[in-house]
Amino acid sequence: MISQASRVLTRLGRNNELKRALTNSLNNCNKSSPSIIRSFSSKKQELEEKDKFEYTNNLEVQELKHYIPCYTIMNQEGVVSKPEQDPNFTKEEVIKMYTTMLTLNVMDSILYDVQRQGRISFYMTSFGEEAIHIGSAAALEMSDTIFAQYRETGVFMWRGFTINDIINQCCTNEHDLGKGRQMPMHFGSRKINLQTISSPLTTQLPQAVGSSYAQKLAGENNCTIVYFGEGAASEGDFHAAMNFAAALSTPTIFFCRNNKWAISTPSKEQYKGDGIAGRGPNGYGMKTIRVDGNDIWAVYNVTKLARKIAVEEQRPVLIEAMTYRVGHHSTSDDSSRYRTVEEINAWKEGKNPISRLRNYMNHKGWWSDAQEKETIASARTSVRESLVNAEKQYKPSINEIFTDVYDKPTPALIEQQKELIEHLKLYPDEYPLNQFADSKLILKD
Amino acid sequence: MLRGNIKKVNSLLVRSFHSSVPNKSSGPSSPIIYPSLDIENAGEKQKMNLFQAINNGMDIAMQKDSKAVIFGEDVGFGGVFRCTVGLRDKYGASRVFNTPLCEQGIAGFAIGLAAQGATPIAEIQFADYIFPAFDQIVNEAAKYRYRSGGQFNCGSLTIRSPYGAVGHGGHYHSQSPESYFGQTPGLKVVIPSTPIEAKGLLLASIREKDPVIFFEPKLMYRSAVEEVPIGDYEIPLGKARIVKEGKDITIIGWGAQMRVLLQAVNMAEEKLGISCELIDLRTIQPWDVETVVESVKKTGRVIISHEAPKTGGWAAEISATIQERCFLHLEAPIQRVCGYDTPFPLIFEKFYVPDHLKNFESIKKTIVY
Repeated sequence: MISQASRVLTRLGRNNELKRALTNSLNNCNKSSPSIIRSFSSKKQELEEKDKFEYTNNLEVQELKHYIPCYTIMNQEGVVSKPEQDPNFTKEEVIKMYTTMLTLNVMDSILYDVQRQGRISFYMTSFGEEAIHIGSAAALEMSDTIFAQYRETGVFMWRGFTINDIINQCCTNEHDLGKGRQMPMHFGSRKINLQTISSPLTTQLPQAVGSSYAQKLAGENNCTIVYFGEGAASEGDFHAAMNFAAALSTPTIFFCRNNKWAISTPSKEQYKGDGIAGRGPNGYGMKTIRVDGNDIWAVYNVTKLARKIAVEEQRPVLIEAMTYRVGHHSTSDDSSRYRTVEEINAWKEGKNPISRLRNYMNHKGWWSDAQEKETIASARTSVRESLVNAEKQYKPSINEIFTDVYDKPTPALIEQQKELIEHLKLYPDEYPLNQFADSKLILKD
Repeated sequence: MLRGNIKKVNSLLVRSFHSSVPNKSSGPSSPIIYPSLDIENAGEKQKMNLFQAINNGMDIAMQKDSKAVIFGEDVGFGGVFRCTVGLRDKYGASRVFNTPLCEQGIAGFAIGLAAQGATPIAEIQFADYIFPAFDQIVNEAAKYRYRSGGQFNCGSLTIRSPYGAVGHGGHYHSQSPESYFGQTPGLKVVIPSTPIEAKGLLLASIREKDPVIFFEPKLMYRSAVEEVPIGDYEIPLGKARIVKEGKDITIIGWGAQMRVLLQAVNMAEEKLGISCELIDLRTIQPWDVETVVESVKKTGRVIISHEAPKTGGWAAEISATIQERCFLHLEAPIQRVCGYDTPFPLIFEKFYVPDHLKNFESIKKTIVY
């Protein structure tokens, strides 16, 4: 009876008054005779649901037998093995994809060094994962919501987050949309539909499921994609998210970047079994694809298909993109302490996603050495100019310490803000006030 | 009498010490000579920074207790702060190992080890990331003995984690979550402030019969250097250290804040001609009420300072206890100099932290009250 009533409720949709009345009577019903209802409904479920497994008199311990294959269509020479699966982007589109990858690569090199010089406080490169970023981003719509981990800069660039946006955030100046409060690489932008990144790992996964459920409720033809690493998939939040998404059938794309290293911990110490993808079909009943993360066309096709499933079938999809973290974890890390240069070079040279796409373009006669040089030079100029400009900007106003904690500041915060300003008036020379916007004005009041 | 004198001093000096060399507020600008704790019969000493002293303490624990194990994220290669360097080579990968990336797993796994008689020394990479383990620590570790009627316990458990401001950590590499754990009956919470004390307190924590959360001031891993005894020694938990004796005001802190407070104390003694008593609580729970009360009864004035936000921070607890026990001895309201009630803001760190100047101003205010 309860389930029938619930179904009626769902169908009622917008008829709020009726809905409220029914909900009330349902609640009362629940309160008055919980035990009867419970036994009634479970009995009914037993009748409805049939076991999907077979019974056997053969005592057999089950072990992993079949590994999920890794979908790849373009080899390192840039040759697409099944031409009908080449997404066949136009020359202009491919050039845009390639130059975005190259620009990301150039920017990473410069900003990594810039952090070493102490000009920014932190940085994380995306070396080796450029095809994942651009390939997946190109398959999404701007109305799809993104939850990211922190190594997805190319995704944001593809969606229109500019070098200036990135560098302003890294320089924590007053043009940083996050008001200088978070470490570099913690981007967030309404414009590109990217929810703000936080450092704690995997917290974004259940959030993405909630986000996609809201999209489903609103009847949108969109999905939410959530990026994470294979290390992050060890957190409890991974299980929570996968199970919620499957159970509630949400339009979520779980995009795992398996780059083989979680800081110093190799994936072989992170999990056993068939990687992250292996958990999808049997573990959660979730549609799952494993893909060569260094093959931009494979990543594109897979994400495109995942999006179609998520939006049209209103159910989640798990993607595991196999790649390699060519750079250090971050500027706080020195990976030579725990892995060999040979291992890095095997990926950096042997499976480089950027040169793979370049080889593809070469076959088409779409790219020349001169264009390569020019693109690199122009990217360098853009990054350097942006950096010089960003460094000249004021840091955000010190009043921003106290805003956005709550919708409106609490009395305690207002008092603390006053205390700080009074203190700064006593010691104006002891604090770097001249670097912060509006300091003179604030101290004058 | 004292109050009158101070007021006079204050009116003479009030403008002259407000401005000096620019931008010193981020911390000690000139090297603060922080007094080293003397360990009795310590024997041979060696120069060590904080991470080396912690490493040395764990080395001794592993050597003397064959059931001791060290684990956490990235501890195998030495840990992101180098605290476990060399230990895997020395004690083998079955006793020093990486876990999958899962803090609740680390804590739960550690509890199980302890309940089964082993000595787990678990690392949570940053205190900011301890929260997925909150359930295991607060609901499980803390109540393990009590809920079993004393049949079982996980007292051999120690969870180490770097905490606090570091200059560029922002929201998620700077927090000081000690009061969340301090409020949980069944847990002990320890925060060392020097290499010598870190080693002695860590060894005591590992051997303690209750689960201990051991927060290490990451700002000081490399910067704090002392002549550390290389032998085995313990510093008892629950005992504060009077870093410097004084008679006019009591200043209480712990961890990295101790150096900031010493700087404020030096400044106050020089500029105001007063004498400050500086106390390092060292153990947050159970904290040394006796030492604090005795000091406050002597001085009649007290400031408590920590990096964590002011509201609901551990200073509030100390303040309430002092008020209960020393009410008639107090000459001025108890002051708390703490972080603001906001998340830890990256670019505003210099403004956010309770630096020596804010503490100095608070001392002045308390003295002239």
